[in-house]
Amino acid sequence: MDKFTTHTGVGVPLRRSNVDTDQIIPAVYLKRVTRTGFEDGLFAAWRNDPEFVLNNAAYAGGSVLVAGPDFGTGSSREHAVWALQNYGFKAVISPRFADIFRGNSGKAGLLAAQVDEKVVQKIWDLLEEHPGTTVTVDLESRTVRAGEGVDAIEDSFDIDDYTRWRLLEGLDDIGITLGHADDIAAYEATRPSWKPATIHAG
Amino acid sequence: MGKTLAEKVWDEHVVRSTPGEPDLLYIDLHLIHEVTSPQAFDGLRLAGRTVRRPDLTLATEDHNVPTLDWDKPIADPVSKTQVDTLRRNAEEFGVRLHPLGDVEQGIVHVVGPQLGLTQPGMTIVCGDSHTSTHGAFGAIAFGIGTSEVEHVLATQTLPQAKPKTMAVTIEGSLPEGVTAKDMVLTLIAHTGTGGGQGYIVEYRGQAIEELSMEGRMTVCNMSIEWGAKAGLIAPDQTTFDYIEGRPEAPKGADWDAAVAHWKTLVTDPDAEFDKEIVLDASTMTPFVTWGTNPGQGVPLGGAVPFPEQYDDESDRIAAEKALQYMGLEAGTPMREVKVDTVFIGSCTNGRIEDLRTAAAIIKGRQVDKDTRLLVVPGSVRVRLQAQDEGLDVIFKEAGAEWRGAGCSMCLGMNPDTLSPGERSASTSNRNFEGRQGKGGRTHLVSVPVAAATAIRGTLSSPADLD
Repeated sequence: MDKFTTHTGVGVPLRRSNVDTDQIIPAVYLKRVTRTGFEDGLFAAWRNDPEFVLNNAAYAGGSVLVAGPDFGTGSSREHAVWALQNYGFKAVISPRFADIFRGNSGKAGLLAAQVDEKVVQKIWDLLEEHPGTTVTVDLESRTVRAGEGVDAIEDSFDIDDYTRWRLLEGLDDIGITLGHADDIAAYEATRPSWKPATIHAG
Repeated sequence: MGKTLAEKVWDEHVVRSTPGEPDLLYIDLHLIHEVTSPQAFDGLRLAGRTVRRPDLTLATEDHNVPTLDWDKPIADPVSKTQVDTLRRNAEEFGVRLHPLGDVEQGIVHVVGPQLGLTQPGMTIVCGDSHTSTHGAFGAIAFGIGTSEVEHVLATQTLPQAKPKTMAVTIEGSLPEGVTAKDMVLTLIAHTGTGGGQGYIVEYRGQAIEELSMEGRMTVCNMSIEWGAKAGLIAPDQTTFDYIEGRPEAPKGADWDAAVAHWKTLVTDPDAEFDKEIVLDASTMTPFVTWGTNPGQGVPLGGAVPFPEQYDDESDRIAAEKALQYMGLEAGTPMREVKVDTVFIGSCTNGRIEDLRTAAAIIKGRQVDKDTRLLVVPGSVRVRLQAQDEGLDVIFKEAGAEWRGAGCSMCLGMNPDTLSPGERSASTSNRNFEGRQGKGGRTHLVSVPVAAATAIRGTLSSPADLD
């Protein structure tokens, strides 16, 4: 996984709450067996609407999505994170993320920055008034900044310490855990014999 | 201070605990299906890793498989590739697989419990958010993403921050004809879709204790729909009776040892929850959704709400968008909503008890001439059991379609989908925009409401049939 320290890119205002993972990518697009190519399914139902924000040329090349509360609810599909990444998003800002989506983002290297709802409202207003405005998410200082000069909006964002550390270092979770293989083996030695198994010896 | 049930199960699975880091949790059972696993196996191959415990791993095909012609090659080439990939991966890595056509095939959350693999006090994960279903047995069970699937395959563990705990106490008894589904839809309307976020929820109280295992699974299944990390119910005699004698249940002395341990899996009297919610089952009624998230529901006797009645601005906007998508006018009585398709099935309501309930209502009646009824058993075993009991004949004589096992119309990924603008009454778990097919409009309902709705063609309860 690549290290994530700070990112600056065009902010895209998605003025909706409860954007569930079926909206981010409908199930019919989940049939690939790779981690790439999911950008065609991103917000598929809404992309037919010419008014949809991703169809507005002013936000072309956007890489910071600014969404309403309860982003990523529903299905556990990590394809939702891949679709956002495949499209070019590096970070998503929301006042509240669903647990599984936030976890998946951390594993896949998409920054899920939790920002106060009032601040999100202000960023939306700014991005809609001045399309193309950039947003910076600085993981080191846990700050988000939209716009420049006197109109700039700056605030802190929340992300758990462990995920922040892993993203900053670009660490592979599995590698870390395999470093504790002895602990896992020791635990396995204590499991009761009546615990179920799917495959039986002999 | 004592411990909650969730804390007991959690603590029994901690491999490693270090301040400032998530706990490393051991996983007792890892369930796998075709959609969220291919990239995980690919990751293993790229890193030269193996599956640490194939004997704690089980795979089945459910999400994108057809429920017709399952004995023929899968027609959609992309779906076929995904299923073939699972079969290749299972063989290469030595994972037990129940493929399409196998007698144990079915929805992963129906298969685990019916095999007796789902047992109290376990940790169970799957790359599917409805893994919470298994919490009905007093297990900590939750959905994970594909990166985590890869992690569990490689290490049989997961790093997890310990969630807070919440008690949802449902006092009293459910009135006749009101089900576990109505109970959980009522709860979600009360809490909203984010109300459980960050919590492992323990459902308790008289109404929960009075539920069958099937009903408990329905409640726990929808834990994710109000954002909970997991939902569980303390195991009791109902639980033990369900498990005993199943193929993978402990036998002989192992059974006695297991039950002795399972009986300790209750919240201690002096344990404290971080949050508590209390609801009264005796006031609950059949409950249906009108909107595009599972929290947007009202009693069947109610009406489509007016967006203006919401104080919160984002709730108001969400309601306006939902009404527009659903093609509904505020103030319309729910009973006047006409549906095109009724779907009985899914990991929420696709078990034998659900089919028996539906058949009892439908028996001797005819499905409305403008309505399509799809009955989809959750597993092949459920299908065969239903056929043994003659339920399939009842459904077919009423004009319903009797299908093969799978996720079917729950998620719009296989051939069973709604057309744009088509309206369904569905016993599944999500009414998101496009969930059952692009432009499809979903009303989440209980099995009795689904059955009665199929007969009348408008949202109905069995009481409306008399």
